[in-house]
Amino acid sequence: MNAGDLAARLSPKFTEAVVARDEVTVTVDPSGIIAMLEFLRDEPGLEFDWLSDVSATDRPGRDPRFWLAYHLYSTTHHHRLRVSAGVPESRPSIRSVTSLFPGASWLEREVFDFFGIRFEGHPDLKRIIMPEDWEGHPLRKDYGLGGVPTRYHGAFIPPVDERGS
Amino acid sequence: MPVERLPGVQTGKGATDAAAGVEEEVKRGILLGTLEKAVNWSRKQSMWPATFGLACCAIEMMAAGAGNYDLARWGMEVFRASPRQADLMIVAGRVSQKMAPVLRQIYDQMPEPKWVISMGVCASAGGMFTNYAVVQGVDTIVPVDIYVPGCPPRPEMLMFGILKLQEKVRKEGHIK
Amino acid sequence: MPDARAASVTEGLSEETMVINMGPQHPSTHGVLRLVLELDGETVVSCEPVIGYLHTGIEKNTEYRTWQQGVAFVTRMDYLSSFFNEMAYCTAVERLLGIEAPERARVIRVMFMELNRVASHLVWLATTGLELGAISMMLYGFREREQILDIFEMASGLRMNHAYMRVGGLSMDLPDGATAKIRKFLKMMPERLKEYEDLLTENPIWLERNKGVGILTKEDALALGVTGPLLRAAGVPRDVRKDEPYGGYDEFEFDVPTQAAGDCYARYLVRVEEIRQSLRIVGQCLDRLPEGPVMVEDTKVAWPGDLTVGPDGIGNSEEYVKHIMEESMEALINHFKLVTEGFKVPAGEVYQPVESPRGELGYYVVSDGGNRPYRVRVRDPSFVNLQSAPVMVKGRLVADTIACVASLDPVMGGVDR
Repeated sequence: MNAGDLAARLSPKFTEAVVARDEVTVTVDPSGIIAMLEFLRDEPGLEFDWLSDVSATDRPGRDPRFWLAYHLYSTTHHHRLRVSAGVPESRPSIRSVTSLFPGASWLEREVFDFFGIRFEGHPDLKRIIMPEDWEGHPLRKDYGLGGVPTRYHGAFIPPVDERGS
Repeated sequence: MPVERLPGVQTGKGATDAAAGVEEEVKRGILLGTLEKAVNWSRKQSMWPATFGLACCAIEMMAAGAGNYDLARWGMEVFRASPRQADLMIVAGRVSQKMAPVLRQIYDQMPEPKWVISMGVCASAGGMFTNYAVVQGVDTIVPVDIYVPGCPPRPEMLMFGILKLQEKVRKEGHIK
Repeated sequence: MPDARAASVTEGLSEETMVINMGPQHPSTHGVLRLVLELDGETVVSCEPVIGYLHTGIEKNTEYRTWQQGVAFVTRMDYLSSFFNEMAYCTAVERLLGIEAPERARVIRVMFMELNRVASHLVWLATTGLELGAISMMLYGFREREQILDIFEMASGLRMNHAYMRVGGLSMDLPDGATAKIRKFLKMMPERLKEYEDLLTENPIWLERNKGVGILTKEDALALGVTGPLLRAAGVPRDVRKDEPYGGYDEFEFDVPTQAAGDCYARYLVRVEEIRQSLRIVGQCLDRLPEGPVMVEDTKVAWPGDLTVGPDGIGNSEEYVKHIMEESMEALINHFKLVTEGFKVPAGEVYQPVESPRGELGYYVVSDGGNRPYRVRVRDPSFVNLQSAPVMVKGRLVADTIACVASLDPVMGGVDR
């Protein structure tokens, strides 16, 4: 199914269905994520039975602040879909989709590690890439890049995120 | 036992002098030198590296050890997995914060005498990754003898660094 | 009598399992992977991979650099398949910009990607052979790989981590003699491949260590999100190049090898056949290579300058330098702005999947309209594939763990990013 037809089929069910650059993005309320993914998996003609990626983006200006993106794929129809869910900063948590897609286990752990979003129902939610006792969530926009400034022959070069433009 | 002198072979000045006892010994196939030189020579000729390949530089290190650029020419093709059997640690690749304590532990497990080559810019100075995740230079954790820059350095560059290290070892004064 | 003696011997033995640690510094774990194994004797009861020992913060670093500089960062993630990283990133940004690379650049991109696939599979053969004891395989694999690296060096100047593909095309055109060298390589490689097959395919030790080891069923593989040779060895003919063609792949003829057994031996067969198919694609690329520019025409995006080999090495061509310094002020300002500030990419998000030697490599790039990426998320295949390691290893011997992890072909640079 091409992007236009897919969007037309989905828009009654979701708050928003956007087609851009040959891709369909639907927005969903985080409380209904499991029901929506089940619907997308079981509905004949859609059959999004494979999860490609779970990731998050930090948009500090907006409310909700964290936007999760679930990239789905259908092995029978070969079409893709992006499901977006916004999670507020005050309560950054959402249901885990590992019951539907066991492969999301590590992907959700990585989102927790880098953004601090908790996944309820995840079998083993702990940091995966940063050390166990690391403080802070590195991919948030208010977390600095780190790194050391350089001093050489009288010149001072600050680290990358503190430089001019 | 008198040894026949080959024509054209130098045996040092005063070879025909009466006080040329040393040259007589050399003709018999005996080398003379200090104990330090002998020890340094044997140390540099068969340094065994410990496997500490981390990232892209590790692939170039493996390529240096493989057939085309052969490290076995200097007796170094045996990459020892156990640090207790190694005397050279080539830190090849970027060292993340999580890996830093492991690096120090492996270095501590190596017996003396030991040397460290920091291969690539990531190991020498953090490379292009000046951020929270990468240690900005392994010389903050272990003492480094030779820095080999490059991203990744060609096998020939690594071999040049190894030869420089061998020269350094040759000149070391270890015997106290 | 024998029973009483056996009972007395086992009386004092404990029934506890032992927890041992493999790695992160280990010769056989394919990089800095740490496996915490719970053993009952020699049998693995459970296995937990611990990763993060090579984390480099690349995803965050791209948010502080311009779009063009991002290529140099992402190429170092999965360092054995660097061209695939560059391709996915450049294609994603080109989609956001709404431009397309010229025809010649597209064909050269496909050619180098397939050569990179061959090189990556050769490293896999070499290191897997080394880990399972076929040490001569290590020397053969790296010997052939050197030929491919010579080709890469001729074109891009680097053996590894070439930032050769840029947004809008390629950084430079192929030099004279590159096509001849690639043709020579294509003529030589099939018989070398046959040598490896003669060495390994019917070898009783290789069969003993790989056949029936590390079985991953079709259902498990699909549920865990596994892609690449692992999935194809389990019987699912899924390949992004065929299912969702990108970069001109639909114009080339090639097969997607699959096996049904799902064990380490099946993965070996799939990868060797993939090398053959890649060589087939490279041959078609050479036959089809058109003339033309390798960088898009739009001066607001194209990397300025025409890199050529001058008297002092590779640099901007003399005519170009004369043009910006003496003839045109606008060209000079354009050059300056592109190099310091970079170009702006319209706001939006895009997901670009690519079939890397390890599976589906996906780049989710988000732009907010500025000259820097807002978010570059890399869905790395090794990261997701590694989740299947505990499943494959459960109930098997410790030595099989090495064979299973080796057949997964994880590259820790991609896993930890």
